[in-house]
Amino acid sequence: MGRSAAIVAGALSLLMLMHLALASMPAFREIGVRRMLTDGTWHPAPDASGSFTLVPAVAGTLAIAALAITIALPLGVLAALGATFLAHGAIGRAMDVVMYVLAGIPSVVLGLWGLTTVVPIVGRLRVPGTSVLAAGITLSIMVVPTIYVASTIALRSVPRPILDAARAMGLSRWATIRSAVLPLARPGLAVGAVLALARALGETMAVVMVAGNVAAIPRSLFDPARTLTAAIALEMAYATGTHRAMLYTCGVLLMVVSAVLILLTRRLMPEPVHA
Amino acid sequence: MPGRARRRGAARILAGLGAVAAGLLTAACGRDVPAAGAISGTITVTGSSTIAPLMVGLGARFEQFHPGVRVNVETGGSARGIIDVRSGLAHIGMVSRALRPEERDLTAHLLARDGVAVIVHAETRVGQIDREDLAGIFTGRITNWRDVGGPDRAITVVTKAEGRSTLEVFNGYLGIAAQDVKASVVIGDNQQGIKSVASMPAAIGYVSIGSAESAVAEGVAIRLLPLNGVPASSARVADGSFPLSRELNLVTGPAADLRVQAFISYCRSADARPLIEDAAFVPVDDR
Repeated sequence: MGRSAAIVAGALSLLMLMHLALASMPAFREIGVRRMLTDGTWHPAPDASGSFTLVPAVAGTLAIAALAITIALPLGVLAALGATFLAHGAIGRAMDVVMYVLAGIPSVVLGLWGLTTVVPIVGRLRVPGTSVLAAGITLSIMVVPTIYVASTIALRSVPRPILDAARAMGLSRWATIRSAVLPLARPGLAVGAVLALARALGETMAVVMVAGNVAAIPRSLFDPARTLTAAIALEMAYATGTHRAMLYTCGVLLMVVSAVLILLTRRLMPEPVHA
Repeated sequence: MPGRARRRGAARILAGLGAVAAGLLTAACGRDVPAAGAISGTITVTGSSTIAPLMVGLGARFEQFHPGVRVNVETGGSARGIIDVRSGLAHIGMVSRALRPEERDLTAHLLARDGVAVIVHAETRVGQIDREDLAGIFTGRITNWRDVGGPDRAITVVTKAEGRSTLEVFNGYLGIAAQDVKASVVIGDNQQGIKSVASMPAAIGYVSIGSAESAVAEGVAIRLLPLNGVPASSARVADGSFPLSRELNLVTGPAADLRVQAFISYCRSADARPLIEDAAFVPVDDR
């Protein structure tokens, strides 16, 4: 059973990869990697006469995902530390529930919250508000649970005897966490960060609603940005010919990046610690 | 192609049901449709997201008269409607503009008219706007509301993503190319446009007049700007005085069969009028 399921899953992802590769081929043939980097603007056309740079979308994707992780990582790890070591019993369990509920919110709902709450607040600092910053904040809410769950697992796997030894040496709670817990849990925390990054890179609906989606390289946190996923979501329905193939190329890019990230998590996956 | 194979299979199953049901219904319904025994199977409609909600409503009503018929409506923009009809993936394309000369291989059936309304946030105190200023705002020549009689506040330009027919109608009216548009926000469908403008106090955008009027009726914080002194309303689109309006067409290929023709004539009949008006579109009078 297990094995046939694995084969089906493997075959499906292979099929999808092949479809992506085939559908993006015309873009590589007619436009080429060079033009994807140097075309300057994004004004797609059904044939090679359009202008097809991928640089703004890649820059936008990286900027928004990086910002989201920068915000979410401290929040998620601190929440996990609190739930594991500081708050006992009911409060820790309540934190779990909060995080699971957060993880279950549909992204379009978070996007709506971002558009009606985050965007106006950012817009008060600098118009229009739909920006890298708004998208980063909205996305960070989305990936905190991923970091929290991975961090909790990493923190709980720190062996009891090590904690006892630290206490026996008279270390305070924070000193124990700083000198014993965090170093041991670091690989597990890194796995959480990488998984969250993969999720942030792939998120679509929430980002489309709050990022502004202008296909230009963002120069500041307050500039709008378009992600690879947003480009696909906004244009795929009408795209034909070369334009369509370019959007498939965006898909290939995302697939490659997330594959690299997944491999990275396997590399980071912690060895069991023995006390 | 798996989609078509599936549809043929479904059609075969429905054909049997349809023959019986349609026979029973001929007497009951008595409308100007062809011999009811012929009407069964699936009708696939794709294209403009402006027309789609209306077609879902019309499709549901049509299915009540002809239980053997399934009307499937999918969105994806006018361009997709054209492509799908040409490739045979859809029976009817929804196209929210007039057909172009190179699209003469298809037949357009005028369904209704729709105005494109310029919308601003409800707090933006601007009386009206004319075509010249609008072009200036969307090409980045005018960047402050002060220059068009509003408050001293930078303008946030909201435009639609490449390929949307509202964008083509709007740019065509202003006589500007897509490359010239200097936007700070790019959006997808009408609802996203309305929500975006409502959440940004200095924003200006454009959406279908029907969607904008419904949003205002629901209390969304947007305002429809009069264009060249003409109030933006369905009534002004109907009497032909509103400058920024477009055709909503159903297009078919050369091989439109009986059930497709029956559905289209239903959509253009007096029965369909209330639904078209409910959608805040303007029915076409001389049909």
